[in-house]
Amino acid sequence: MSIILNVEALDKTYPIKKIFKETIELKALTNISFHLAKKETLGIVGESGCGKSTLAKVLTKLENISSGEINFRGKNFNTLSAHEFHSFIQMVFQDPYQSLNPRKKAFDIIAAPLRINSELNEKEISLKVHEMLRKVGLREEFASRYPHHFSGGQRQRIGIARALMLRPEVLILDEPVSALDVSIGAQVLNLLLELQNEFSLSYLFISHDLSVIQHMSDRIIVMYLGRIVEYGTRDEVFNNPQHPYTKALLESAPKPQKGKETSANILKGELPSALNLPIGCAFAPRCPIATEKCKSFIPELEIKKNRMVACFEA
Amino acid sequence: MSNHLLSVQDLNIFFKSDKNLTPIHAVRDLSFSIDQGEMLGVVGESGSGKSITNLAIMGLLPETAIVSAKEFVFNKNALLELKDTTWQKIRGGEISMIFQDPMSALNPFLSVEFQMIETIKAHKGLSKKEARELSLDLLDQVGIASPKERLSSFPFELSGGMAQRVMIAMAISSDPKLLIADEPTTALDVTIQKQILTLLKSLQNKKNMSIILVTHDLGVIGEFSEKVQVMYAGEVVEAGKTEEIINAPQHPYTSALLNSRPGAVIRKAKTILPSISGIVPSFNQRPQGCQFHPRCNFTQSDCINQKISLLNGCRCIHPLTNGVNL
Repeated sequence: MSIILNVEALDKTYPIKKIFKETIELKALTNISFHLAKKETLGIVGESGCGKSTLAKVLTKLENISSGEINFRGKNFNTLSAHEFHSFIQMVFQDPYQSLNPRKKAFDIIAAPLRINSELNEKEISLKVHEMLRKVGLREEFASRYPHHFSGGQRQRIGIARALMLRPEVLILDEPVSALDVSIGAQVLNLLLELQNEFSLSYLFISHDLSVIQHMSDRIIVMYLGRIVEYGTRDEVFNNPQHPYTKALLESAPKPQKGKETSANILKGELPSALNLPIGCAFAPRCPIATEKCKSFIPELEIKKNRMVACFEA
Repeated sequence: MSNHLLSVQDLNIFFKSDKNLTPIHAVRDLSFSIDQGEMLGVVGESGSGKSITNLAIMGLLPETAIVSAKEFVFNKNALLELKDTTWQKIRGGEISMIFQDPMSALNPFLSVEFQMIETIKAHKGLSKKEARELSLDLLDQVGIASPKERLSSFPFELSGGMAQRVMIAMAISSDPKLLIADEPTTALDVTIQKQILTLLKSLQNKKNMSIILVTHDLGVIGEFSEKVQVMYAGEVVEAGKTEEIINAPQHPYTSALLNSRPGAVIRKAKTILPSISGIVPSFNQRPQGCQFHPRCNFTQSDCINQKISLLNGCRCIHPLTNGVNL
């Protein structure tokens, strides 16, 4: 498998300025390293505030990184031209009701990437837009309609079509189905799987929904407060989770079929503020197996049982 | 008259509208009941009529709504004949409601203390001091760590989970007989969702309170509610014991809904999900006959023309017998 995206020791901090007080740093991402291969899906899961969306933002250059390196096919992403960059990586957003301009027709929304980043004339663009509409399962006459004519699932298809216009190699999917009903979400997931095969796409699939991540991913990253806590293949992480946070997440997911004792292991407390991180392991205050060592030292990612885990006790 | 806490027989809700000459039929022939201390799960996609039904129980439908029912009785009060003054006692008093987004349900300009005391004074007639003490006690009951500090907080200082706990504390302050929870955890993370649902379950048992739990997540229903009704396009399509319905759904819609969940069964990664084609029909484009027939895999000619009634908890003339059809 050829690796097309490689992220090395990525940090992202935001300065928080307050009048008459020293500027403090909010660590949104700390020491994030991973790689993504051709046609692979890497799932990123974690609760709100864990840095999933910040990661999507720095990878699409919507935010600058503080330190670390991002390489696309071996080239540093800062050296790429805007055109090269945009035809390498694109993004599909969570809320299809907010990510489409309500005053533009579907055609113009989908054509925008080509108008900005290509030399094609309007006739060629029109052909490509209609072809893409068919590929994402929309009728060609929909091109002249405005976003409010469409249902949530159809809007998300438009968002996907727009992201694919420059034929990117990597698609970042930031919670692409969490705003949709179950039956519509399933249709969109199926579409994403078909498109992945057809265009040989690599997906970075961000979600808080474990069942969606489990269904879509080859490998999985579990994040907690800006750090990777577990990183491995889908089967290793789901069938034999090692980090206590991963275990707690899997146990919290509601299942229709009643298990034995379900509510025995509820995770106590909430995510601490990223401005006021614990000294040791960030998960220690909520962790059922935390020791004194966990409270004063930060565990690094290590290979344990065929995956990477950041835990002293795992 | 029955002994149920809430008993609904053939509830129909129409909306008048200028554009359409015929009123929009939003909820059709809805019948269900809930007993004291019982939890009823309601599942359905957007547009299925679940929220409108809740608003009807709370008496909060807009003036354009036309409500009719053979029976619509809460705790011996016929809800459709209530005077405004009686409604004020029942709404927020005997029936309380918590909403999907706790952040927008709280007033951002007022402290938690002000909002809680206001509610308690309105329903219990306590003095300000007594109301404050009760607020502290309630916050403690819903598992808020330092009630005194939180009482003086403003909503923006609370996390989503804490804001929902405050909403629950306010909702149970009047010792309601019925609590309507409309997607109470959809905006929350899974670990917090579990905490909130466990809290609701324990309150149900401790206070012998009835709860209507509305959600689109069959997982939540399966884990927390013994009874469930599945709604589609303004109708109940299947109702009964959660365990039976989840293990052996009779209605093709329930079955398809269960199967289209990514985690329904352990599948190989990246297999195509059995999805339901099409979308829920909008209010003014409802089909004849079975509401689900245009999207159903098992449609036969007799599904298209006749009105189908709920028989043995399932609104289908060709119910599935072997449960899950994968």
